[in-house]
Amino acid sequence: MASEGGRRTDLEVARRSRILGGGDARTVGISVASTVLVFALLAFAITHAPGWHEVRRTFFDWGQFKASFPEIARAFLLNVKIFSISEAFILVFALVIAVLRSLPGPVFFPLRALAIAYADFFRGVPTILVIAILGFGAPALELKHIPTSTTFWGIVALVLIYTAYVSEVYRAGIESVHPSQEAAARSLGLSRGRALRYVVLPQAVRRVIPPLLNDFIGLQKDTALVGILGAIEAFNQSQIDTDATFNYTPYLCAAVLFVAITIPLARFTDVLILRDRRRRQAGRVL
Amino acid sequence: MSALEVEDVHKLFGRLEVLRGIDLDVAEHEVVCLIGASGSGKSTLLRCVNLIEPVDSGRIVVEGADITRRGVDVNAVRRRIGIVFQAFNLFPHMTVLRNVTLAPRTVLGRPRREAEGRARELLARFGLADKSDDYPDRLSGGQQQRVAIVRALAMEPRLMLLDEVTSALDPELVAEVLELIRELAAGGMTMLIATHEMGFAREIADRVCFLDEGVILEQGPPAQIFSAPREPRTQQFLARIVAAGRM
Repeated sequence: MASEGGRRTDLEVARRSRILGGGDARTVGISVASTVLVFALLAFAITHAPGWHEVRRTFFDWGQFKASFPEIARAFLLNVKIFSISEAFILVFALVIAVLRSLPGPVFFPLRALAIAYADFFRGVPTILVIAILGFGAPALELKHIPTSTTFWGIVALVLIYTAYVSEVYRAGIESVHPSQEAAARSLGLSRGRALRYVVLPQAVRRVIPPLLNDFIGLQKDTALVGILGAIEAFNQSQIDTDATFNYTPYLCAAVLFVAITIPLARFTDVLILRDRRRRQAGRVL
Repeated sequence: MSALEVEDVHKLFGRLEVLRGIDLDVAEHEVVCLIGASGSGKSTLLRCVNLIEPVDSGRIVVEGADITRRGVDVNAVRRRIGIVFQAFNLFPHMTVLRNVTLAPRTVLGRPRREAEGRARELLARFGLADKSDDYPDRLSGGQQQRVAIVRALAMEPRLMLLDEVTSALDPELVAEVLELIRELAAGGMTMLIATHEMGFAREIADRVCFLDEGVILEQGPPAQIFSAPREPRTQQFLARIVAAGRM
């Protein structure tokens, strides 16, 4: 497409100007100046704090950072594995729960009630408790054909909890699609299921991509909690390093790894949302 | 056999009786316009015929088959009856072509090529050939409403219900939609049209029904209803329309 390049530049300009707070050179100048000032003040305040030298030695030790990083990065692969597997199940299960909750009529009351009870329960119990209860309790059942590894039960716990959250996100999306859309689909002869599949859900899911991502980032961070079961993931590994060296810099390694993976994801979602809006409203003034 | 028979239909919303015994016969190829004040029950009647709203008593018979009996296949009924709404209700996440082919493909099981070929034909016939790959948000209100009508036509309905299809349009966009309906009428489509466009009703209708507080108070050929209404309520309603400069 010939206009593709031009469109992309447009998009970037629009985003840049939104972040900087305006369009013309003067507002950009003010944005830059105030940013520099704020960060300079912050840096000054921190580096002139009485305990700064101690903190720098124990938290910002570059040598220690380089030494611990490879091993923590390797351990972080376990976090990646946990949240990748969990997220796949969560996205599917949560959609099922949300659809169950949206079923109308008295016949489906038991299903709706179950879905509500499930969401209420798992959103109410602290994540770390569910992980501990399942991680320490379930393997003791010695169930046949079910893995006993801490990673497995950690994933089960995260899926149970985040499915509850994400089902609420989906539900909000489903309810945000105007009933006239379903009526239009039904009036064309589509069954309720088909109307849901082709008309309601595609619109609902598009609308909830930002909050879905929000929960996905939450999930990525909560994989660190699986460490309490003894799985050597990034947080646990950094704790081992910290205990061995009496230096807290390894924590920083783990933090950097988590941030490094969430930020690109957040930007990617922004792009997805913008692209969808552009496609639908191309040629219109936004 | 009538295309549509409505027999003593009542409809309540809570304690409010919106339809209070409607009787109406529509013959095949007939165009019947429903006029009347807002809240007189025009839209509700159309929604009942499409089974969007269940009736509380009475019968609705389409081509000899009672569609209000228990256990009727609602989806099968709707396949034969097209309805177009005031607010277009196009699917915003689909292109125009996909809007039009969705029901033929999923409900009738038409192969994609066949459904798209037929859809393009219909779009071209109503001057929308170059819009098939656009998303609804890009179209004007008049274009959107024409697409909505084409979407209903793609199911090859035996009966079309039009629910104030020009009421949400800017005045300059009304004509293109009315023109399309004129073509449908000329093609012999059986239609039940709720409308505020009195001039249009007068021109296109074989019969005009004046609804007042949930009953058909008066009906007859447009010339009679518009020129020599018998009922005082009809006279009042038409006088108000004339005073508002709408006729």
